[in-house]
Amino acid sequence: MSLAKPDALDITNKQKIALALGIIGLFILALALFNTNFPNKGIFLSLSLGLISVGTIFYSREAYLNKLEGIKNDGQWFKSVSSRGVWGWTLGVVLTTFYIVLYFYPKYLGLGSAKDLSDNSGLISLFDPLSQLLSGRNASQWFVYGTLYTIAILAFGYKFILKYRHNRYQQIRTISVMFFQLGFAFLIPEFMYVMNNDLPYYDLKSVWPLNYYIFDEWSVKGFLSNGNIGLALIVFGILSIFVITPILTYKFGKRWYCSWVCGCGGLAETAGDSFRHLSSKKRSAWRIERWLIHTVLVFSVVMTTAMVYTYLGYKSNDFWLTRGVFISLVIAFLTIIFVGVMYFKRQELGKDAKYGAMGFFVTIALLLIMHFTGTTEQLFFVKASSLRSTYGIYIGSIFSGVIGTGFYPILGSRAWCRFGCPMAAILGFQQRLFSKFRITTNGGQCISCGNCSNSCEMGIDVRHYAQKGENIVRSSCVGCGICSAVCPRGVLKLENDSMKGRINPTEVLLGNDVDLMKLLNNK
Amino acid sequence: MEHIVIIGNGISGVTLARHIRKLSDKKITIISAETEYFFSRTALMYVYMGHMKFEHTQPYENWFWQKNRINLKKGYVKHVETKSKTLQFADGDILQYDKLVIATGSKPNKFGWPGQDLDGVMGMYHKQDLENLEKHAPNNKVCERAVIVGGGLIGIELAEMLNSRSIPVTFLVRESSFWNGVLPEGESEMINRHIRNHHIDLRLSTNLKEIKSDENGKVKSVIIEETGEEIACNVVGLTAGVSPNIDFLKDSDIETGRGVKVNRFLETNIPDVYAIGDCAEQHEAIGNRRPIEAVWYTGRMMGETLAQTICGNRLKYNPGHWFNSAKFMDIEYQTYGWVFGSKGRPDNEVHFHWKHDDDTKCITVAFDKNTNTFLGINTFGIRMRHEVFDKWLTEKRDVDYVMKHLSIANFDPEFYSRYESEILRAYTNQLQTV
Repeated sequence: MSLAKPDALDITNKQKIALALGIIGLFILALALFNTNFPNKGIFLSLSLGLISVGTIFYSREAYLNKLEGIKNDGQWFKSVSSRGVWGWTLGVVLTTFYIVLYFYPKYLGLGSAKDLSDNSGLISLFDPLSQLLSGRNASQWFVYGTLYTIAILAFGYKFILKYRHNRYQQIRTISVMFFQLGFAFLIPEFMYVMNNDLPYYDLKSVWPLNYYIFDEWSVKGFLSNGNIGLALIVFGILSIFVITPILTYKFGKRWYCSWVCGCGGLAETAGDSFRHLSSKKRSAWRIERWLIHTVLVFSVVMTTAMVYTYLGYKSNDFWLTRGVFISLVIAFLTIIFVGVMYFKRQELGKDAKYGAMGFFVTIALLLIMHFTGTTEQLFFVKASSLRSTYGIYIGSIFSGVIGTGFYPILGSRAWCRFGCPMAAILGFQQRLFSKFRITTNGGQCISCGNCSNSCEMGIDVRHYAQKGENIVRSSCVGCGICSAVCPRGVLKLENDSMKGRINPTEVLLGNDVDLMKLLNNK
Repeated sequence: MEHIVIIGNGISGVTLARHIRKLSDKKITIISAETEYFFSRTALMYVYMGHMKFEHTQPYENWFWQKNRINLKKGYVKHVETKSKTLQFADGDILQYDKLVIATGSKPNKFGWPGQDLDGVMGMYHKQDLENLEKHAPNNKVCERAVIVGGGLIGIELAEMLNSRSIPVTFLVRESSFWNGVLPEGESEMINRHIRNHHIDLRLSTNLKEIKSDENGKVKSVIIEETGEEIACNVVGLTAGVSPNIDFLKDSDIETGRGVKVNRFLETNIPDVYAIGDCAEQHEAIGNRRPIEAVWYTGRMMGETLAQTICGNRLKYNPGHWFNSAKFMDIEYQTYGWVFGSKGRPDNEVHFHWKHDDDTKCITVAFDKNTNTFLGINTFGIRMRHEVFDKWLTEKRDVDYVMKHLSIANFDPEFYSRYESEILRAYTNQLQTV
């Protein structure tokens, strides 16, 4: 038997070469970071990004293509990098540091201080040629970040497609996130700038409240001062959250966004895939999750309302939308949703209804306090602009970036999506109450093995439902489909079906005495 | 308060305890010598393969037991004294019960092979077996080859486990084709090929003669019965089936055969003593089922049923349509209703078999040749809906109906290729040629 053996724990020689290529690519970036002034930046940038991509692709092909199609999780809890070992922590620290520098000290990355960034140096100047090519301006730290982010999604997306090459759902979904990242988040905004350089940066797929700055004064003014195209964009932004999102979530569940379109989700599903199993499945984590994510949602609603509020006038002379009208509209809208849900869906909410009511009344109270105590300068007795910057720093930067991505190797790949993203909270609320989506459990076939729970990046204890023969209808489920893929007994299926009977708690599972099932399940 | 004592913390015992708690306020104690907390035995393989950690195989968090007032006791019951309703433990402890449930599961079969108790010989059933395997086969330097004896579900899982650590495996199967006591020919042969595609040295129609020891009492090699060939190895996995784990009842008054003898109410010959799960043996088999059913699902169903009886609603164990599932390396298998292999197949049962060209998907549909009634389906590499087949079996649909409506039963993930029309074409063609 002279057959090549699949090797789970050691990497092959070809993989070592691939790894070396990737490291050389990263090393070029590191040299640039430490101010090596490369003679021909375009060539070195291409070389660096090329080596990183080729290294990842080559490594993945070697890892998966010489094995039979199937689930490839061998050794994921043994490898240091994917089991919170030394390499995992090291990677976490490196990523976290990178995010802190990126958000708060971009000058250390070489960001120039001139308005046109003509004095870029270091890492950022390495990316100038690419930025010039795409939009005719020098690179900012966000361009560098966006490029690396896109490369990560594309290269690791390729890896993911090979890993799940027996699974069409995973492949198509991954092509989708790769497409939306490359097109919508990376290229289109650059081209939009070329066409009209006064327009604010707008990633069309980034919906409020994930895109928390879209209704900022500078952003709205930017759109409104740019004629019809600007107006169309801001109308699209409003329609996205109030019309498009609810329709798609009703039909497909929140997965249409979170694991098919979203950039944060895209990174988690591709580069973050090796860390998905690290999310905590404990009930205690679920409790923290529910408090935290809904607090962020309340914060983001209040903050956005406050932001819009500050640049509206008191009198209707200039514009019909005054502060008074606006705050009334917001409160009326929230109240309609609240009353509607309580009237039609009280039963389904169960014990959560109390918390929902709390969230609602806190929001309304905050808005009223704001309205009656606010002045032109101050809201909640602090400077209005500092409210917005607090949100930007703590939620927009630290939570979503530093913790959300920097902590991939510690908290799993979806810490931000799970604990912080206000968009996920809104979509999840809808998914729980008004959606055809569920993960169907296949009768009595579950063996409680736990592969599903283990691989859930959102920390859902999928097995808890599956072993009771109950469908999984959870607000946090992003519909990645990995639970279904890893199930060894074919128990789980993501599907859109009718609303009726999608939540089906059972006492006795299919396969037992029909009379006993009738006795206990039809109570 | 009535004290219900359950020996065994597997799926049967734990299901029973959970349901008793839902129905009543009785005092419940679960005893286990194996582990402190319930874990999913079927998931042990994933711990060795590094897909999960052991704690992930535990379906309930540790706080669950106290919250539901289910007492857990770790200990080995040495003797059951039914007259005084007392359990005696190996460490000298004693425990009184009002009602006793034996749910001790199985143990791996050993057929008296020379060398079967050597260091490095193990089953793959208990948590201790996993620890033992980790010790003797941590990697392919310490374990240069492993030999597995017995071609059933546990054997192929053990092969997959060792394969995940690049340990070469020789797989001795007594039958002429893998698991063909259960699987029809076409399926069994497809699995043979799949095993070999994973670079496993599958030896069919091959028996173990003896296991040889080195000077330290450790496995050195095995000898093949048929050829006398000696195969050097460091680990021998004995996976030739399981049998009820009831040795501790030998000198009690509880009637035993191969397992603990129970009637349809899961009651033993002694009042207030019951047995469920792998270790229970029906006096008479129920339908096509075997008197001893060592299957996860049946253990669970017995637990669900017995909880009713113990809580005052005396109920027969009356399982519905047979179903089961497994995974052979990368190929998932599900079965609904009855599909027999060549052994023990009733005369009236005939099969339609379809296999995909890629050699990883196939189905076998069994039906009655006289009445055309659909009897059951085996499906490999295509997931099917339990609910749909359960309904069709209850409605006694004929096979034509099932073949025409197969797409309703499909449970594969979205965007997967569908094969119903190809299957139907093959079915129609076959009918015309017969």
